[in-house]
Amino acid sequence: MSVIYVLLAISISVALAFFAAFLFSVKSGQYDDTYTPSVRMLFEDEVVNDQKPKNKKSKHNQTKSTNQ
Amino acid sequence: MANAACYHCGDQCGKYHVRFDERDFCCNGCKTVYEIFTSNGLSTFYDIEARAGTTPNEVRKKYDFLDNQEIVDKLVEFNEEGMQVVNLSIPTIHCSSCIWVLENLGRLHSGITSSQVDFPKKTVRVGYKTEEISLKALVLLLGSIGYEPYISLEAYNKEKGKVDRSLIYKLGVAGFAFGNVMLLSFPEYFEVEEFWLDQYKPVFRWLMFAFSVPVVLYAGRDYFLSAYKGLRSRLLNIDVPIALGILTLFLRSTTDIIFDLGSGFFDSLTGLVFFLLLGKFFQQKTYAYLSFERDYKSYFPIAVTKLNEKGEEESIQIYKVEVGDRILIRNQEIIPVDCRLLKGNAEIDYSFVTGESQAVFKEPGEKLFAGGKQLSGVLEVEVLKSVSQSYLTQLWGNSVFTKDKAGNFQTLTDSIGKRFTFAVLTIAVIATVFWLFNEPSMALNVFTAVLIIACPCAIALAAPFTLGNMLRIFGKHKFYLKNTNAIERLSKINMAIFDKTGTLTTTQKETILYEGMELSEEETALLKTTLRASNHPLSRSLYDILKSNAIMTLDEFQEHTGKGIEGRVKDHSMKVGSAAYVGKHKSMLPSNTAVYISSDENVKGRFVFKNAYREGVDKIFEAMGRQMEVGVLSGDNDGERKQLQQMLSKDANILFNQKPEDKLNHIKRMQESHNVLMVGDGLNDAGALAQSDVGIAVSENINVFSPACDAILDASKLTLLPKFIKLSRKSMQIIKLSFLLSLCYNVVGLYFAVTGQLLPVVAAILMPLSSISIVVFATLCTNLIGKELK
Repeated sequence: MSVIYVLLAISISVALAFFAAFLFSVKSGQYDDTYTPSVRMLFEDEVVNDQKPKNKKSKHNQTKSTNQ
Repeated sequence: MANAACYHCGDQCGKYHVRFDERDFCCNGCKTVYEIFTSNGLSTFYDIEARAGTTPNEVRKKYDFLDNQEIVDKLVEFNEEGMQVVNLSIPTIHCSSCIWVLENLGRLHSGITSSQVDFPKKTVRVGYKTEEISLKALVLLLGSIGYEPYISLEAYNKEKGKVDRSLIYKLGVAGFAFGNVMLLSFPEYFEVEEFWLDQYKPVFRWLMFAFSVPVVLYAGRDYFLSAYKGLRSRLLNIDVPIALGILTLFLRSTTDIIFDLGSGFFDSLTGLVFFLLLGKFFQQKTYAYLSFERDYKSYFPIAVTKLNEKGEEESIQIYKVEVGDRILIRNQEIIPVDCRLLKGNAEIDYSFVTGESQAVFKEPGEKLFAGGKQLSGVLEVEVLKSVSQSYLTQLWGNSVFTKDKAGNFQTLTDSIGKRFTFAVLTIAVIATVFWLFNEPSMALNVFTAVLIIACPCAIALAAPFTLGNMLRIFGKHKFYLKNTNAIERLSKINMAIFDKTGTLTTTQKETILYEGMELSEEETALLKTTLRASNHPLSRSLYDILKSNAIMTLDEFQEHTGKGIEGRVKDHSMKVGSAAYVGKHKSMLPSNTAVYISSDENVKGRFVFKNAYREGVDKIFEAMGRQMEVGVLSGDNDGERKQLQQMLSKDANILFNQKPEDKLNHIKRMQESHNVLMVGDGLNDAGALAQSDVGIAVSENINVFSPACDAILDASKLTLLPKFIKLSRKSMQIIKLSFLLSLCYNVVGLYFAVTGQLLPVVAAILMPLSSISIVVFATLCTNLIGKELK
């Protein structure tokens, strides 16, 4: 047996693995909406640490109003 | 400060200016949303995009039907163990801030466990615990932050069908096979005569064969089906030579490798299918959030409030409404069935149905028709006909709504394909006969080679890429076409018919003219004072234009619904209302909406309300008139005939008082000698839009209703319409040029084929080269002519 069969088998099985990954991604709906994820990934985790900036903001507002 | 922009929605603050937390708001609604967001840690909403909010509508009792469990069960996608998942359509989604806030709904209510936005479709999928929040509460919550979901009968009837992803799968299969086959056929391209390469030839070839089988059987299946269908109906469409090409490629290649005659054309085969599918994919640009198939179902509510025998209110599903039921119609609700008015002041806006913008008043006992919108107060009515039997809904029984316009239209590609197939077959036969006499062993080789090389891949790609790209360019200018076929039909138009109300005129502004005796200053002041007390929309707009600051105190005020109002100060009285009410016989002249005035029982004159025409309407007529016949069909009375006739050419066809069926029939008559474009807006045009060769719905807000049509045009871009038509014609020229270009490639290819020298490597170079150059040519040209729109 030549080594070429081994190489062919490897290359095709790698290709098939990627093909299966593609099929899986289509099936799970990843191609249905190609826009929203691109926006979603840019959001920081604002929600987690919202408490602090919120306080800051209200303090900021207070100082502002006292200045006036 | 009055001109400050609202911190929430960005509108001008104007007179209801609210100041809160150091920021300006245009109304209390916006302020409330701001409060909700900031107190729940969602103020980032304003950081992502400034002034991105939407003013919440007043959420009325209209979602009471969501208390009905049966309706909820139909709407939710998943419902088990205290969890429900619902997919709601929210037309106001428009920016990344919307995505952010809607995906953080859980912050506003602990019962909401997940929410995910699909921006292109403008939907949000929300999962929630039913113990903590009901669907109704969820909908009200969304409404309160300015994202009111749009729940219509259409959503109710929709089958929770699967998304069709077959084209992506096919494209994946073809692309996968194409790449691998190219790789495997590489050694043979160089024909290296080496012992070890020779030895493994069969392995490589049979592997390529294995990769090609799914391409032919699965990815290319549509071409065989379409060719078969075409042949059965005696049509030689473009898919016939394509299917023939694919089949020949496959059979010839298989025989080649079985008898060891050559390496076969598997690389060309898979490449061909891949490119063809790519074209299809490109053409398949649809505007997911726009619906081109809407009928009355998307206008109608899902449920109505029924009064049962005990007089209790009860929400029932609209199809369960039976003749004889008593139902309630609330302010701003659509009447879903033909019925008789029992109680209440009916002021019905039938503009959906007839196009007539003036509201009509009805007395108890009179008949109301489905499709009207109640404008003031609550009505109690008795149902006379069920939903599907009503006057408006019967219109949809007409066969035009089931007709497939695209199916009956022969595209340029198909008509060329016919001649092309014929020519290819002739050449193939002649060449075969020639070789049969000279060198019979070559005959079959030449016959198949001709069919292979002549496979009209480039021709089949020209239209999808040209039109697909045009579709995108149009889309950027807010002209949304249903499919590429519509562009081709648009290019063939030679008559344009416009609806008047809502299409040529805008509902956003009115012009008010006064006709009659001049009013004294005192009378004007009294008139204005009287008007101030009334809430009627006509009074409100009249009040706004009257120039008088002397506001008096009324001694007496009376409002006679459906007739008019009366005000009295000391010994002077002022009556405002319909002609009959003020004591004037209605003039026989058909006219616009008018409000009559009488002072101390003397008729003074009338205010005429005219819809203002959109800017540039005359220019549209002028530009279109040069290319085609232009006409107007209106559901309104003919009060504006003169004005229209001035804008149009003298012989233009202008018809008034057209009912929906009349419009449909008029278009049908015109189609005997013309290709008709219909431009309309409301449900009353639905029949005409469906019947016409191309139906364009003009819409002030593309996210809201538009009837079934081939294209939706944003009202602000109406003036570009003549240019869109011109560009569609130019696109067809580009396609023709592309055909010419691909023909050149075919001639070169045919030379190799006919002389019997077609090697797989030549085919493998020539076919992708021609395809790619056509794609590049088509894309560049369309981009170039698309610049005209700017």
